Order: sequence, then structure tokens, then C-alpha cells
Amino acid sequence: MEDLHSSMVTVYTPASQMRTPGLLVRSMWRDLAASRELSWRLFIRDLSAQYRQSVLGVLWTFAPPIVTSLIFIVLQSKRVISFGETDIPYPVYVLVGAILWQVFAESLQAPLKSVTAAKPMLAKINFPREALIVSAIFSVLFAMLIRLVVILGALVIFQFPVTWGFLLAFLPVLMLLLLGICVGLLLTPFGMLYADVGTSLPVVTQLLFFVTPVVYPPPQFFPLSLITKLNPVSPLLVGARDLITKGTIELSAPLLTVGGMTVLFLLLGWAVYRVALPIVIERMSA
Amino acid sequence: MTDTLVKLENVGKKFCRSFRQSLWYGVQDLGSELMGLTSGRAGLRKNEFWAVSGVSFQVRRGETLGLIGHNGAGKTTLLRLLNGLIKPDTGAIEIRGRMQALIALGAGFNPLLTGRENIYVNASVLGVSKKDTDRLFDAIVDFAGIEESIDMPVQSYSSGMAVRLGFSIAAHLEPDILLVDEVLAVGDLAFRAKCQVRIQEMKRKGVAIILVSHNLHTITHVCTRAITLEKGRVIYDGDTEQAIDLYRDSVTKGNRTTSESLRAGTGEIRVRRLEIFDEMGEVGQDFEVGDFVKIRIHYQALRPVKNPVFNLTMHLIDGHQVTGIRTDVDGYGLGTLEGEGFVEIAIPKLHLLPNIYVMDAVVFQEDGFSLCDRANNVGHLKLKGGLQINGTAYLPHTWHQSSSTEAVIAS
Repeated sequence: MEDLHSSMVTVYTPASQMRTPGLLVRSMWRDLAASRELSWRLFIRDLSAQYRQSVLGVLWTFAPPIVTSLIFIVLQSKRVISFGETDIPYPVYVLVGAILWQVFAESLQAPLKSVTAAKPMLAKINFPREALIVSAIFSVLFAMLIRLVVILGALVIFQFPVTWGFLLAFLPVLMLLLLGICVGLLLTPFGMLYADVGTSLPVVTQLLFFVTPVVYPPPQFFPLSLITKLNPVSPLLVGARDLITKGTIELSAPLLTVGGMTVLFLLLGWAVYRVALPIVIERMSA
Repeated sequence: MTDTLVKLENVGKKFCRSFRQSLWYGVQDLGSELMGLTSGRAGLRKNEFWAVSGVSFQVRRGETLGLIGHNGAGKTTLLRLLNGLIKPDTGAIEIRGRMQALIALGAGFNPLLTGRENIYVNASVLGVSKKDTDRLFDAIVDFAGIEESIDMPVQSYSSGMAVRLGFSIAAHLEPDILLVDEVLAVGDLAFRAKCQVRIQEMKRKGVAIILVSHNLHTITHVCTRAITLEKGRVIYDGDTEQAIDLYRDSVTKGNRTTSESLRAGTGEIRVRRLEIFDEMGEVGQDFEVGDFVKIRIHYQALRPVKNPVFNLTMHLIDGHQVTGIRTDVDGYGLGTLEGEGFVEIAIPKLHLLPNIYVMDAVVFQEDGFSLCDRANNVGHLKLKGGLQINGTAYLPHTWHQSSSTEAVIAS
């Protein structure tokens, strides 16, 4: 065992890790593999601590998308606002949209939140940094799975057929999650240095909510149609909602582009996060 | 078995004095790191200083190295560099094998979870698999001595229990290289002894240990070699005793001048200076345990002072007072003092432990309470020798051995 360990040589130098991309990628995969058990542990820790100090527990996971949906259902039915007709009953449209939006919003904020909470640990222990992100992904996934119950309930009440497309929706939902994580990862290093990032993130998320077709159908005409064209969240969210409610998806160019870019930028965000952490930790007290 | 596990070459790390600027430098460093630039790391920017510089050393398998130095000498920074938490600005660090750090005890503990749950979380953070934790679980609980509370939430633990649990988890790691920072001072005496035994065990297994401690006794007990750091530089690397000696010198160097700002009292009679003589009447500062010492306090009375009381105190560098000598307690009346003169104290056998002792001279009025003058750090003396003897007092004594059979049976 000792010899096995001794063959492991680690070298720390001032040189930028970006100069040795091969080494960087290898260590990224190695640490991702090494973080499997830890990320699960951290996820379970946060989850059990969260529910241990709560009476209503899991109810709070349902609350945000349901409240959002109710507000818009009431506004729309009383004609306070009018977004035009949706191709499926509005309550289902908005509920599914709000839950999908929640996946994106939570995963966008997850990396910075997770890393900030682990600051004391980061400053003192060298554990695979990937674990914080993976455990954050677990948390978002867990909340999403719980909310699936609400979606299923709504589909049954409104007599939607539950199709194979429902299972297929897993793919765009995952992309939605990864898109959030990837943007969140890119923001994390700066967010750890300056509190401004963390403070502005909920505000920006709120703003994004209104320029994404969550509670209204995608606008068809210029200039409002830019909302769906330029906003990378739109094609994923619309695609996922179509699969869940109608069982079909339109494989449009924006959807495929966003999907591909997400994977690419996720790898980039991951590398940035990894490379940046030692530099950011240096600026925090031990 | 004697291969090098840790190798540092010309390692340097700079820090920034201003927090805001430090954050901005962080952004700059981030930028150049992401662009793959390495230049600019070796130079100092405004408000920066070298927290660690030009440090080179090696640690072999089974070796135990102590790092000593003042607060801010760079010990902790060096450990963080070794641990790979922060990047060096110059030089290179090479680590061979699995490194673990006994630094943040109980990292990742959640106060709402039970001790049992937290053991698994903490072990996992420290890189121990669930399988290994299962195997070590009983030993960890036993070592921490918290069997009864293991299923209680950690927030109901006393701070001592939480720290013991944290240490116990960390102490059951199986690394090739272990970094230890100031944690051996936790818990009660019995727990501290257990920790030292545990460290010795690891040492025997061939683990290379790097230890940072303010407690010099720990260093002497555990370390075979020590490095003295001063302002981020290595000023000595080698024999533990010598390293401790140099550390003490470096502490008194910054401490040598009488701090006038701390001077207090009415001032009608003032301490001018203090002289220390050895047996031959020569001025000196270095002594052996049990030597003869004479201390002379020079005073100046601006007007006649009736029956002043002189007091000499000796304390360690950390401020812990070792002894105090007073003329009124000893029943030595001085009469009326005027002009310049001195008071002498003769100590026939200096039964203090090897260390550096700093002296304060104080003059009171006749009541032995109202302060005329207090001169802090007027002098210091050094008792040579290692730390084989430790404790708080060194008793004059003789040894005797006898071979009576009854005595052997009785024991």
C-alpha cells in the first residue's frame, strides 16, 4: 500500500495550470472520480440537517413553484394580465414551466452557495473540490424529483396522457440543470472574492425569469421574439415542457446549439473553477 | 525506506497588507492564471510583502520535522502551501505519497447531526472511504472517549468533546505524510498524552510528520529535527535544541528594548537600568541551571524617598510570570534613598528551567502598593539546555539507588 502511495507524486509550482492542459484534464477526471463518495456524503449531510430542523420539511420544496404558478393562474384568469392563449391549459403550462425554471434557477445559484458554505473547509483541507459541485447537483436533482410528484398530479387532474416523452424529458431537464451549473461555476471564483456577485445573483435570476417563456407562451413576433431567440434557457425549457405535456419535441437549431454549448461551457466552467480555487482561497483567511 | 517524501525548493509566497487591494490582486492573478500567464508572480506589487521566501528543505520517510517561529513567521502559510491549498509564487513543492493534514479538526461537522453521522462526513472530507471508516469506527469513538454521546447531535457536545472527536478522526488517518498544526494542545492532559503516543506510532510506521506548534515541549518530544523561521525565511535547519535556542533569541531580539510606553508610576524614583553578573562578577546573560547570579537594579531618586519597596519579576516570553522578589516581603528596609545608586539581589543557585526569562523592575512607595516606577523588559537572562527537563519548577535534588530485594517486590 505504501509503495502504491509513494508512486503518487504531486508538484506545486507558480506556473499556470492552463499551460499543461493534459495534466489539468487528467486531474479533473481523477478528482471527479475521487469525489463520488464525498459528494454523496455532503448531500446526505445537508439534506438530513435541513429536514431535522424543520417540521414541514419536504413541503418547502413544493412551495416556490406552486406559489409562483398560483399567482400567475389567478392573474391570468382574472384578466389582470393577458399573455395570450397557450396550446395547453394554462395551469399546467405555468406549473410545469415554473418547476422547470426552478431547476435552472437553483442550479445557477448552487455552485456559489455550496462553495461559500464550505469556505472554512476549503481554506483548511485539500479535498476534491468537485465534491461541492456534485453534491449541489444532487440537491437540485433531489428537489426536482420531489416536484415531479406535483407535475404528475397536475397531468392526471387535467387528464393528460403520460407518454414516453415524459421520460425523454429527462434529457432537456438535465441540460437545463447543467446550463445553470455551468454559468454558476463561471461566476463562482469572482463570487468568492466579491460579495456583489452573490448579492446580485437572485436579482438577475428574477430578471431572467421574466425574459424566459415560463408563464407566457413564446412571443412569435419581433422584437419580443428575441426573448426566445437569444435566451439560452428558452429552448431547453420550452423543449422540456413540450416533452412532458405533449410528448413531442421540436428539434430546432437553437435547442441543439444550446445543448452543445452547454456541454462545452460546462467543461470550461469546471476547469475555471478548479484552476481558480487555490488563487481565491489565498485571499480568504485560514 | 529513507526516500524523500517532501521537497521544497526556493518556495516563496507573498501576501497583501490591504484587504481590498488583496481582492483586486486576486482578480488579476485569476486573470493571468486563466490566460496561462505566469509572469509577474515573482515581483512584489504595492502593499505586498513576502510571507514566505526562499524556503528549501526536504523531509524523509519516518522523519519528524518541527516548524518554529513567532506569530507571522510563516509557519501556517508554509503548511497551507504544502497542503496544496494555495499556490507558491516562486519555487516548487514536490510531494511523494498521500498527504493528510491534522489542521482543521472536525471540518464539515454539522452541529445538528449526531457524532456518528459526523464521523462519516468528516472522514470522507479527509479522504477516508466508507469502508475504511466502518473499520476504524470503534477505534475512533474509543479514542475520543465519547461512547455514550455518539448518537447525540454534536451541538450538544461540550467544546472539548467536539474537538476530541475531531482529533480522533484525524488521528486515525493512514497517510504517508502528516501535517500537524497546533492541535496537539487540545483536550485534557490524558488526551494530550494519547495524542503524543499516536504521533509516535505513526512515526514508527514511517510516516513523515511536519509539526507546527508554539509548545516547544511538544516539538522536543516529537521532532528529531526542527526549522526556525523568522519573517518567512529559514534561519536554521537542524538539531531541535539549537533551533529552539535560535527561536528564543529571535523572540528576545524584537523584545529587547524597554518599552517606554508601558512605563507607569509617579516617578520620584526611577529604575535606570539593570545589570546581571555571574559568579566571577562579569556581566553576562547566559547561564546554566543552578548557577550563581547577581542582579543589580540602578535607580535615580529625584527627591528623597522614604523606605521605597523594590520588586523584581521574571517571566517567560509568553508573559507567564515565573517568580517575583520583593524587599518588603523579605523584610529588607532600604531607608531613605536620594540621588543615584543600586540595589542588588544575589541568587546563589538559579533553579529555573532552561528558557529565556525576561525581567521587570518595579519600585513602590513605602506602602508597597503605590507605584513609583515600573520598567518592563529591563533585562533578560537565558538558561542554556534542552527541554529534556520540563515542567514549571526545577527542584534542587540528589539521587540515590539501593538494591534491597524487598523494595523490588514492593514495587
